[in-house]
Amino acid sequence: MLGSRLITAIVVVVGVPAATVGYVALVEWLVGRLPFIWRRRLRPWLWAGPALAFLGVYLVYPMVYTFVLSFKNANSSKFVGIDNYKYVFTNASSLTTLRNNLYWLVLLAGAVVVFGLLFAVLFDRVRYEPVVKGVIFLPMAISFVAASVIWKLQYDYQPLGVAQTGTFNGLIVALGGQPVAWLVDRAVNNFALILVGVWMWTGYGMVILSAALKGIPVELIEAARVDGATEIQILFRIIIPMMGSTIAVVATTMVINALKAFDIVYVMTSGNYGTDVMANQMYKQMFLFNNFGVASAVAVVLLIAIVPVMLINIRRFRIQEALR
Amino acid sequence: MSTNTTRPSPKRLSLAARLAHFLQRTPIHIAVIVLSLLWMEPAISLLVSSFRPPNLVSTTGWWTAFKLPFQFTLELYRESLTTSGMGQSFVNSLFITIPATVIPIMIAAFAAYAFSWMEFPGRNILFVIVVGLLVVPLQMTLIPVLRLYVKLKLVGTFPGIWLAHTAYGLPLAIYLFRNFFSTLPRDILESAYLDGASSFTAFFRLVLPLSVPAIASLAIFQFLWVWNDLLVALIYLGGYPDVAPLTVTISNLVTSMGQGWQLLTAAAFISMALPLFLFLTLQRFFVRGLLAGSVKG
Repeated sequence: MLGSRLITAIVVVVGVPAATVGYVALVEWLVGRLPFIWRRRLRPWLWAGPALAFLGVYLVYPMVYTFVLSFKNANSSKFVGIDNYKYVFTNASSLTTLRNNLYWLVLLAGAVVVFGLLFAVLFDRVRYEPVVKGVIFLPMAISFVAASVIWKLQYDYQPLGVAQTGTFNGLIVALGGQPVAWLVDRAVNNFALILVGVWMWTGYGMVILSAALKGIPVELIEAARVDGATEIQILFRIIIPMMGSTIAVVATTMVINALKAFDIVYVMTSGNYGTDVMANQMYKQMFLFNNFGVASAVAVVLLIAIVPVMLINIRRFRIQEALR
Repeated sequence: MSTNTTRPSPKRLSLAARLAHFLQRTPIHIAVIVLSLLWMEPAISLLVSSFRPPNLVSTTGWWTAFKLPFQFTLELYRESLTTSGMGQSFVNSLFITIPATVIPIMIAAFAAYAFSWMEFPGRNILFVIVVGLLVVPLQMTLIPVLRLYVKLKLVGTFPGIWLAHTAYGLPLAIYLFRNFFSTLPRDILESAYLDGASSFTAFFRLVLPLSVPAIASLAIFQFLWVWNDLLVALIYLGGYPDVAPLTVTISNLVTSMGQGWQLLTAAAFISMALPLFLFLTLQRFFVRGLLAGSVKG
């Protein structure tokens, strides 16, 4: 046991890096033996080859395969047409899942942009900006699993009369209110989960938006002040319009994160009490119900929802290239 | 927010004006400090809880820890490191994360080198595909790759998860490296070739050393992403506790422990320690990478 772990450790620290460098050394040795014309033709493919192979085997081929599976039955033995998609769009629990992803999408993107902008603008005015920025940013370093444990402590619920252990309920009871079962109560539980996502991602929005804010020429804002514009007017008439494309980047990134939300839901509620999301539904269809047809259909729906973002990215990349 | 209009140099102002200026700005300071404290509160409550005695942590609120008599202890840390397999999971997380960071960075750098400095047919269209793959949801790949892994007996093995993380990290890595390489001055490379340097030498002696900032950004990204990942580990390592990383072990304990989950506060903190340390030391590289690659989800 200890011996095998020692071997693993050596492979991890020495073997793997050596293998990657060794690959290029081997390629160059082989290519060096070829006539010049073949050298030029072959070399790029050998350098890009491993990456292209990985992308093909782990991303492109599985996408096609999953698409085919989504038209097959639970154990992929026969084609069932669009039945799996019918299930995704008509089954009651599946519809709840779609609704929840919509909540995630709108609220996560909205809150991260609004809070990110607020923090960027506010922190820009104090000299200890790096410190407070670090505070908001720190949750980005930790796992969603750790964040879920942190927030379970916030949302913990004990019946009235027993000492409260959760921060929110402790506060509510101290003020004379009724404790709320944040993660079970269907009126609030989805929002409670989304708040964890907002806590994790606001730092991202703040950093990106803050960089854009610092790119706005100071003279422009000074000129507006001289002309008698209020700070609120400056924010809405100058800062926000000038940061439009950056706000779009943050919002689209959050849309993707919202669609792919999994860890928080999996750890905090397992998708129970009406909090399920698509990524968790897919996981359940795979491992709990062994229904690979529906699981694939959920994945395809997820992909289709993301395709517009993909096209926007490609278009933006093309524009950047044209400017180069 | 609307109080402060100009920022004259404080030195030139009289004491009274300076005081007025300071008072004018107090609402901003209060807002900034209150917001930061609110943001820190969840993490602080976890930290306080993790040092409390096990019997108290699940029966009383963490804020009662500040009442006399103080009862702080390392009991929860001792317990989670020795009894619940956290020690082994920590090592597993390292075994998974180090190669899953090194391999994609190297492979992506090779590919980006080809994309930015070599001519080949299909170069542009292949790179556009890479840009498209940046946002593909992993869910689209799980079932086919899992089936492949079952056939190749890679389920529950370290190499299996290294390769999967390598592939999932590649699009962003290739994209960032290629953007970075194309900003390197072309004549440096050309003169190296004229001096008789091989591609191998040019890459390892010239391009990689010049790319240290890009490599650092990517390394910290990929390290955090793999260390913090739950989904990929759950799918490809799922049922094998002897290879499970921290995230899988903790989330299993959360769901299986029911009411006693508060004991996991120490475990959660153990899992956060290394990423927090790296993050705090390498923060500027992280921010730089974030700004350069804000296209991936």
